[in-house]
Amino acid sequence: MTLLEQFQLWLATMWPEWAAYVTPAIVGVVIVIAFALCMVMVFIYFERRLLGRFQIRLGPNRLGPEGIFQPIATAVKILLKEDIVPAKGDKVLHWLAPLVVFVPVLMIFAVVPFWEGAIFADLNVGIVYVVAISSVSAVGIYMAGWASNNKYALISAFRAVAQVVSYELPVVLSILGVVLMVGSLSLTQIVAAQTIPFILLQPLGFIIFFLGTVAEMNRSPFDLLEADSEIVAGFHTEYSGMKFAMFYLGEYCHALAYSCIITILFLSGWRGPLLPPFLWFLIKVVAVFFVIVWIRATLPRLRVDQLMSFAWKCLLPMAVINLFVVAAEVLWLPESLPWVMVVVNFAFAGALIMLWSKLFTLGGGRVEV
Amino acid sequence: MKFERYGIGIAKGMALTFKHLFRPPITVQYPEEKLVVSRRIRGNELVWYPDRCTGCATCAKSCPQGNIEIVTHVGEENNYVVDKFEVDTGRCMFCGLCVESCPYEALAMGLSYERAQYRRGQLVLSKEELQLSDVRQPSGYARPKIEATLPEQSLLVNWDREKGGQKLSLVPLSKKRGRGV
Repeated sequence: MTLLEQFQLWLATMWPEWAAYVTPAIVGVVIVIAFALCMVMVFIYFERRLLGRFQIRLGPNRLGPEGIFQPIATAVKILLKEDIVPAKGDKVLHWLAPLVVFVPVLMIFAVVPFWEGAIFADLNVGIVYVVAISSVSAVGIYMAGWASNNKYALISAFRAVAQVVSYELPVVLSILGVVLMVGSLSLTQIVAAQTIPFILLQPLGFIIFFLGTVAEMNRSPFDLLEADSEIVAGFHTEYSGMKFAMFYLGEYCHALAYSCIITILFLSGWRGPLLPPFLWFLIKVVAVFFVIVWIRATLPRLRVDQLMSFAWKCLLPMAVINLFVVAAEVLWLPESLPWVMVVVNFAFAGALIMLWSKLFTLGGGRVEV
Repeated sequence: MKFERYGIGIAKGMALTFKHLFRPPITVQYPEEKLVVSRRIRGNELVWYPDRCTGCATCAKSCPQGNIEIVTHVGEENNYVVDKFEVDTGRCMFCGLCVESCPYEALAMGLSYERAQYRRGQLVLSKEELQLSDVRQPSGYARPKIEATLPEQSLLVNWDREKGGQKLSLVPLSKKRGRGV
């Protein structure tokens, strides 16, 4: 039973039934959205400072102590800007697209368990819900590209759809590995089953899921749809003011949501010694985001064909093999020997990555497709 | 077995950027911190020494723009007395030809680089304004004697690898009105 359900039962003892039903829902929505937006602010600041440090710069440090009010100043600046709609663009779609990008990302947080029972809706198909709802953003990006009536925006939208569709498959297949081990689709159940974090039990699945989600949230090195050296700013070339801010927030919300999902699926969620569970959850989420920023600071952008071949020729077959291996282990290995599985899977992941990098190596180490 | 072809490059790159986290930042936060400029900088001003100047107007002749305006009259000892010495720094391109041509070292380039004004008229410097003062120091351009007294320039490339950091001499806030500002 979740905390909100307990709250509802407690209210039902003194309030009429409809009020006791509606109030906890509103409270839950407000708390979850407040958490998401506050963390997005923190993430924006964190990323800018961290990128600065990775590039031996300082990052924003003027506004407030160590520049912590910089995201607020940025938000105010964006809000005050003029809202421009292209004269020959599709006005309705242009207005609707930022919402279609932003709202589904916020909806992911409905099934994220922050600690035991602290979950808005404990769906028994939680992870399926996450996969389904997070793909809707691609429709919003396509709408934005189409409504802008701009060649670069449209190219970017094409790329976005191709990318999200391609990377959805390995992501879902690597989730299946986790689900096979747990035997449940509920995110609470998945965390409860992780006495050993699944990053140790399924290193290959973790790598595939991580790379797939980084590609799905359109971050570097997979940020082809806003490749500024090729297509200006991609699908939000024609956006300004609050609508642009929605895309910007949506991007960071996506990063936050997927950091949460990675934490829950592979890093054993809120579980950890000594510290309170919510703190453990936050630490793991920030650590995942740190790695994402780290990758962004290091790796250059992929080419379009490299991006697609990486999804279809590397990640997808590896995810299928990983799924079969995990299924075989769940079926035949006794449950009392989890550490055997850890060793076997690490060896297997190493061998598979070596094999695949061999397959894609031609001519002096260059990756050819 | 060579690991060059097995994605080790990605690991190397990640390790390098991770090392950057522990390096001191290379940024110089300009209005608060300032690097020491080159000793031979042709800064945005001139320094004029009235006691050395004979009023020969070689500087005015050498100026490609005709920026320097000198008005003199003949004094008691049959010398020139300078009535007016004006430089329009708004049109000056700081080529340094006037400084090089001066036979008596009465003119020098300045060390300053913060000489923005709100009005064009304020850029025309008079005889009194051009003289040596606390904020108006000469640079070592074509003046080796002055150059020898100036501190060495701090360069971003002079990076101390052993100490893992940057060896930069900065002008701190308290010396804001001092030399080179």
